Amino acid sequence: MFDPAFLFAGVLNGLLAGGIYVLVAVGLTLIYGVLHIINFAHGSLLMLAMYAVFYLWRLIGIDPYAALPAVIAGAFGFGFVLYRLLIGRYNHGRDENILLITLGLSIVIDNVALLFFGGDTQTIDVPYAGTFVEVGAAFLPLPKIISFGASLVLCAALGLYMARSDMGKAIRAVAKERQGARLVGIDVENVFAVSYGIGIACLGAAACLLMPTYYVTPSSGHAFVLVAFTIVVLGGMGSFAGAAVGGFIIGITESLGGLFLGEQLGQIGISLIFILILLLKPTGLFGSKA
Amino acid sequence: MSRSVLLCVLGLAAALAYPLLVPNYLVTIGMLVFFTAFIGQSWNIAGGFAGQTSFGHVVFFGTGAYTSTILQVTYGWNPWLAWPVAMAAGGAVGWMIAVLSFRAGLRGSYFALITLAFAEVFRILANSVPFTKGGLGMLIKADPRPLNFQFKDPIWIYYLALLLCIVSLLIAWQLTRSRFGARLVAIRENEDAARALGIDVFAEKVKVLTLSGAMCAAGGTFYAQKYLYIDPGIAFGVDKSVEMLLVSMVGGAGTIFGPLIGSFTLMGINEVTRWLASVVPAFKNVQPLSLIVYGIMLILIVARLPDGLMSLFRRPAAKPPPRHA
Repeated sequence: MFDPAFLFAGVLNGLLAGGIYVLVAVGLTLIYGVLHIINFAHGSLLMLAMYAVFYLWRLIGIDPYAALPAVIAGAFGFGFVLYRLLIGRYNHGRDENILLITLGLSIVIDNVALLFFGGDTQTIDVPYAGTFVEVGAAFLPLPKIISFGASLVLCAALGLYMARSDMGKAIRAVAKERQGARLVGIDVENVFAVSYGIGIACLGAAACLLMPTYYVTPSSGHAFVLVAFTIVVLGGMGSFAGAAVGGFIIGITESLGGLFLGEQLGQIGISLIFILILLLKPTGLFGSKA
Repeated sequence: MSRSVLLCVLGLAAALAYPLLVPNYLVTIGMLVFFTAFIGQSWNIAGGFAGQTSFGHVVFFGTGAYTSTILQVTYGWNPWLAWPVAMAAGGAVGWMIAVLSFRAGLRGSYFALITLAFAEVFRILANSVPFTKGGLGMLIKADPRPLNFQFKDPIWIYYLALLLCIVSLLIAWQLTRSRFGARLVAIRENEDAARALGIDVFAEKVKVLTLSGAMCAAGGTFYAQKYLYIDPGIAFGVDKSVEMLLVSMVGGAGTIFGPLIGSFTLMGINEVTRWLASVVPAFKNVQPLSLIVYGIMLILIVARLPDGLMSLFRRPAAKPPPRHA
């Protein structure tokens, strides 16, 4: 059990999973950093995107990786409209209110999925799923490696967009000082909607990268929501670097927890990290304020 | 005032007579209304009156259910004797979570999320440790004698649920007229101002979560005795947390009758969707349908009617300022 090769494989597997978690967490932390809201529907929206990827493959035969641009665009549009129609209208006042509204949203999404898609577990059989790559002493599934690379590329692209583009600069300005941003003529409401859209677009990308090796059920959102919050809290709410580092730490924690504590008890690591971080260092590793 | 007293007396008389007049199926539905109102009230005391929104209240429910069930099944206790111990355990868990979270200064959404994580930790533990029998769950041997906290006739469990509900209403009523309750409302409205006025915010919040935890644990034992079965998903799953939050929010958080009205409403929706499902074959899957309605209601209530359905019954500005007790 404590064989170093085994441990090495566990860490590598965790890193690969963490690479995709980073994408999920970046979306969440962007929404928090700009809008100062906690998007409890994040997991459910990811689940919805995963079903979109599944049905694109099942009905039209589109490979999950080939679906990336379409799903990203669709998720962005969905998020943008959702913000305009629902979230944006109540994005003020007590912070619990928006938490409760996004909770209501996640209840609706989860059960609409259950009603229309049924409770069965769905997977995509890509032809390359059984291909393994030998890395040192470990054998890693090829799709996990592709997803890992794609996730890093997309995160880098998002980082570049945030750093260079006009919209990226506007988003960062609003995140820092929304009054000031408004005064210099930035359309703050539009920036909010775009930020929420980008956050959900990250989920669309994550869904495409997850589906070749994961499964989806209507309760998948549940499994991801606490993972995503843990990563974001661990890294520091609103911090991109934090989301990246947190994603890898949580990926490895999950993988090693499952290895050493078993399938059931292994999940406890994530919840415990979440509690401990909130109790001991609520600003996380990279956050400036709680 | 006299009008509301009259309404309460009439309501109580109706609730007492109801199970004598209807078939057993409807008696059980009535029992569920009062039971859900009871655990909803336990949420309301912390989440509504004191403004400490919790997403993981089920942690107290499950603690109560497992404590009494383990004492009964493994150690041969009488369930009536195990009941107060279960409440004490729920109170202790409430105290622990409160001390840890409030010492760390968690508020608002952060408090809601940490309660969710605590419930998750308890669920995983209940799934893994030997003394809860893991994912198999625990069965209580059927032995329907009142001395055993098991009843052959559903009417008795109905009356017990009604009694619990009345006690919880009295506790909430006390909160509207005691200084403790006034301090909680002050904390909810503006924690920093409350502290500036000399309220020991930390101590009051710990007190209210302990009380709420003990109440909710009492509901857990009741549930275990009614269904004679408990497993980690039922005892610590997020569904019950959401249910408690929903009935309070829908009925009116921070009001005496909010959870009861919310519980009536949700049960009504449940029955309507059940009927719809029997008529429209496309809706054969009942549970998601009623949950969709609940979710939409939660969004609408938070967005449009923050004081819940209760506010529809109250004329605006009819509420007198709280008097000193």
